[in-house]
Amino acid sequence: MTKVFVPLDMAAKAMGADKVAAAIAKEAQARGQNVQIVRNGSRGLLWLEPLVEVETPQGRIGYGNVSAKDVASLFDAGFLGGAPHKRSIGKVEDHPYWKRQHRVTFKRCGVTDPLSLSEYESLGGGVGLAKAFAMSPAEAVAEVTKSGLRGRGGAGFPTGIKWKTVADTPADRRYVVVNADEGDSGTFADRMIMEGDPFALLEGMIIAGYAVNASKGFVYLRSEYPQTAVVFRRAIEILQEAGWLGPKVRGSNFAFDVELRIGAGAYVCGEETSLLESLEGKRGIVRAKPPFPAMAGLFERPTIVNNVLSIATIPMIFEEGAQAYADCGVGRSRGTMPLQIAGNVKYGGLCEVDFGLTLGEIVNDIGGGTLSGRPVRAVQCGGPLGAYVPVKDFDLIFDYEAFAKRDALIGHGGLVIFDDTVDMLQMARFGMEFCAIESCGKCTPCRIGSTRGVETIDKIRQGQNVEAEIALLEDLCNTMKLGSLCALGGFAPYPVLSALRHFPEDFHRKSVPAAAE
Amino acid sequence: MSQVSTWDSARAQEIIDAHLHLEGPAMPILHALQEEFGCVPEAAVPQIAQALNVSRAEMHGVVSFYHDFRREPAGRHRLKICRAESCQSMGSEKIAREFLARIKTDWHHTTPDGALTVEAVYCLGLCAHSPSALYDGEPVGRVDAEKLDEIAAEARQS
Repeated sequence: MTKVFVPLDMAAKAMGADKVAAAIAKEAQARGQNVQIVRNGSRGLLWLEPLVEVETPQGRIGYGNVSAKDVASLFDAGFLGGAPHKRSIGKVEDHPYWKRQHRVTFKRCGVTDPLSLSEYESLGGGVGLAKAFAMSPAEAVAEVTKSGLRGRGGAGFPTGIKWKTVADTPADRRYVVVNADEGDSGTFADRMIMEGDPFALLEGMIIAGYAVNASKGFVYLRSEYPQTAVVFRRAIEILQEAGWLGPKVRGSNFAFDVELRIGAGAYVCGEETSLLESLEGKRGIVRAKPPFPAMAGLFERPTIVNNVLSIATIPMIFEEGAQAYADCGVGRSRGTMPLQIAGNVKYGGLCEVDFGLTLGEIVNDIGGGTLSGRPVRAVQCGGPLGAYVPVKDFDLIFDYEAFAKRDALIGHGGLVIFDDTVDMLQMARFGMEFCAIESCGKCTPCRIGSTRGVETIDKIRQGQNVEAEIALLEDLCNTMKLGSLCALGGFAPYPVLSALRHFPEDFHRKSVPAAAE
Repeated sequence: MSQVSTWDSARAQEIIDAHLHLEGPAMPILHALQEEFGCVPEAAVPQIAQALNVSRAEMHGVVSFYHDFRREPAGRHRLKICRAESCQSMGSEKIAREFLARIKTDWHHTTPDGALTVEAVYCLGLCAHSPSALYDGEPVGRVDAEKLDEIAAEARQS
């Protein structure tokens, strides 16, 4: 019996993984070969998807960019024994993209069958939970604080402090809510972990529930990830059947259960208070803070709202110890960050590294530059609300504070690369347009400001009073930054202002043809 | 794509009732109704409002807030094309614009033969394979004119 791995990850499916898996099964049967196909998660070497791996005595040998048409020739070449083939990339774990990583949150992702609880346990799954259960809830919270973990959703708020607030607020019940409304363009880490190692997220939720005495958890997943929902729903069922979730978690007296909820296409529901409104069955309108969700969150009860990556990292922190996690990284950015390298890039994928690389190293060394082969012009960091960074700033260190100092944000760790054909005025316009489409409408700077922003940029494009309109745009951005209720209106100015600051030539063209886009 | 049923208020009530035990049941109810009927029709609003003990206006507010909930059924097949930054960096806007012209429709409209509804979506999490799309829930990476035309042809035939 030879094990052949074909990822079930949505990105691998988008490149034909299901057809490849079917072709391998059919070909194996026709040739009388005994093959077990395992649908693993993705290792994150996404430009190589579908990445088929074969288990051999020498380790797992990879074959990249396999299509169904390649399958017969793979069998002919003897790929079941790891034989050379034009698609072979050798031992996957020797691949430079894999070797340079420090996989903590993603240590099992792409390696195991995401729905095999026994494989999960064989690679450390459950150890963190057992260690947490051996502590008092207060000690468990202290452990998270000690790790230095900061919220991976973008804001970078210390996770332990949030948990302590939830635990210390008197209440009849508390909730754990995982924000899986991963709406930022260029990000897919939440999706990958939920498809590739869903038990890690669920184990993290159980630990969170234990630490703050909550008995119910919700995962709010965006509707744009239908395949993720299928895998994750199954993972919940498996843990319920195995007694990890339910009235007696792993035989203890602690009760905890998890429910998956699906969003409905509203980007703003990635904002935590809007998400809570949506979970309660209301319009996804942002709440004024305070009170913070940690004190009055879901159904006005103290609620942990954490990003998928923050919670999925929790089991590893308990397994290895908080200090081991805190020992990685730089400055106040401790631990690792799963970078997501996307857009016009040669080696797009997920790469988990310690904080502290420069942006240039990430884009050029890891990402390999643009796919088009043209020079890089700009990198948008941190999604639609993140700044466009020019090549001259490639010395920027990837950490929360260094980015903030230069009016940029690392957000959820997504990087979208653009080559020199990009029209930065158009990208600035899109920033405002997107904010106008997705604004929840509660506060005026965001609701009206974004539409006025689009109109102002259109005037600049048409060459009308350019200097005056640019001054107006800057003023408008300032109002949105300072006057908006949440990060949507408050950060939408970042891509606009950074485009204006770093690429002024795109805003000062003499005569620009009518909107090409 | 799964077949959708015509509106039936008794069936709708069954769906609503089946979700009432949940905490905050509105969103699961709306999704389940859309799954069954292909949309959340106007007639459903007072019925859900009644069951949840909220006003019709509040329920209308919820249904109309979210991009996903349709007021009338889509075409036989649905294609969501990503328009977010990562896909833009790979030329998605031009590819989509030309495709829409070829099939003579516009964003959020259905082709005249009822075969295909094309919707804009902002990120599918397939950003390492931009441009991307979702056809009847199945992801498609590295979208180009040829792949879109194949999808349109398949939609017309089934």
